[in-house]
Amino acid sequence: MLRSILERFKPGKGAVISVPYLWLLVFFLVPFLIVLKISFADQDLAIPPFTHLLKYDGDMSTLNIALNLSNFLFIFTNELYLDTYVSSLEVALFTTLACLLIGYPIAYAIARANPAIRNVLLMLVMLPFWTSFLLRVYAWMGLLQPNGIINNLLMSMGLISQPLEMFHNQFSLYLVMVYAYLPFMILPLYAHLVKMDVTLLEAANDLGARPFKTFWTITLPLSKNGIIAGSMMVFIPAVGEFVIPELVGGPDVLMIGKVLWNEFFDNNNWPMASAVATIMVLFLIVPIALFHRYETRQLEGKNV
Amino acid sequence: MYNGNPLPKTLKGVLLLGFLFLYVPIVSLIIYSFNASKLVTVWGGFSTRWYVSLIQNDQIISAVTLSIKIALASATAAVVLGTIAGFVLARFGRFRGSTLFAGMMTAPMVMPEVITGLSMLLLFISMQQFFGQPSERGFFTIWAGHTTLCMAYVAVVVRSRLIEIDKSLEEAAMDLGARPMKIFFLITLPLVSQAIASGFLLSITLSLDDLVTTSFLSGPGATTLPMVIFSKVRLGLNPEINALAAITVLLVGIFVLVANYLMLSAQRNRMRAMAAAMRENDAPAPPGNGAGGAVATAP
Repeated sequence: MLRSILERFKPGKGAVISVPYLWLLVFFLVPFLIVLKISFADQDLAIPPFTHLLKYDGDMSTLNIALNLSNFLFIFTNELYLDTYVSSLEVALFTTLACLLIGYPIAYAIARANPAIRNVLLMLVMLPFWTSFLLRVYAWMGLLQPNGIINNLLMSMGLISQPLEMFHNQFSLYLVMVYAYLPFMILPLYAHLVKMDVTLLEAANDLGARPFKTFWTITLPLSKNGIIAGSMMVFIPAVGEFVIPELVGGPDVLMIGKVLWNEFFDNNNWPMASAVATIMVLFLIVPIALFHRYETRQLEGKNV
Repeated sequence: MYNGNPLPKTLKGVLLLGFLFLYVPIVSLIIYSFNASKLVTVWGGFSTRWYVSLIQNDQIISAVTLSIKIALASATAAVVLGTIAGFVLARFGRFRGSTLFAGMMTAPMVMPEVITGLSMLLLFISMQQFFGQPSERGFFTIWAGHTTLCMAYVAVVVRSRLIEIDKSLEEAAMDLGARPMKIFFLITLPLVSQAIASGFLLSITLSLDDLVTTSFLSGPGATTLPMVIFSKVRLGLNPEINALAAITVLLVGIFVLVANYLMLSAQRNRMRAMAAAMRENDAPAPPGNGAGGAVATAP
């Protein structure tokens, strides 16, 4: 039956597919190839500020190809760049773990709740996600500053005599990263947990399994797809995060997204920014493939 | 997952703590937007002066206008492209290049924005070198960037709805001889209209909120609201931004509540209609009429 639908669609099928396909090719895939190309260019005082890779010399009838490898060599020999990549991956990893540890119980509790109030709870998770990301980061600036709301409150209650240092350091970075990315973890986890078959848990219970064992041997493995999809949804954008380290991270916080931004906007070094981006994409290909796989599985309703 | 029992105390505690964490910053932002003091975090009495100065701030008002225009334009384009893409992903099965297509659909959702922003900018620069167009960066380039970002989300929403719904309606129309285009517009599209609506709203918020991609793709004179907010916030706390945040939260809150209510009541109506149709079908056919009641009443 499905096949016959496809057969009927055939004449127009190509045309239907080609519209979004072409759009994505032009605006998503081709740009990456251009980034790759420009990462091999050299910075130049021109508009746009980089050299051409190919130059045709009419007099000599030669085509000169200039591949400038110095950007990559520089990144791989410069300790600051390497440290920045490592620290970005580290920040993203710990953010993901923290989101998982905090988000799983919340998603679990919502999935277990009475369906009548489940929608309200889910909406409460979604609401911050719908309000501005930038403003949610900004909210923490007011809370965490040395003369911010939390310090003022604690000092007026006499609990502390000196303001706590919570701003522009690793603490504020992680706190706000977790805060900003938490809904992205909760939603895929919830989507998996809510579909879970209660009878399996009841069976385990009837057979005498303790709640923890039931959770560990049934619930957790069955939510594996949700865990992977949610984790990748946090990890991948977190690696390249720019706004949070810029606004609440300290000067010692090294994040590659910030480096890319500075190379581009402050140093006007487009080839270097492209090289930084190229290497970042290489790091992210495997996580993106994982995300794609588990996201697809979730959509198709497969649980294995 | 719901097993008929009320939530255990520990899980209630988890929810309470989780929602406190999510909402304390937002609530504090709103409270301090009514602070008379210029020092944002030191309470100096109740006042609405920052709301007044916000409305009088021409830079912010023109940025809001531009952001809304871009959001409407890119959400519209994203809905068209994303619906087609979601339909292709859900109904066409495998075709040549389908893996690449599906990959290009999911990647923009998670790809760090510094990368997508930079790459799209370099695309437009190259296009300008070769074709002379787009001659400058601004509305068009931002629109194209936001559309690419948002269509992925629309496609996911539409696709998951299409996978959920029964193919039998489309198949029935096919058996009755309807042409594919007609089926798509008369049956498939209305069935996923709710998904399309939520995709549109999601696109609006994503576009209104986007800073990084926009900064790469923007040109002189095209300053969106997040760009203004970011340039102010970078310098420290700003009471006007608090007022702006409070207004945003209020608008979004009302909006989400209304949308949620409409969606739930639409769902309930559909359930009721379906139940009624089932009852009618189950009832014994009236004498002399072979078909079920539901069919008999059709013109």
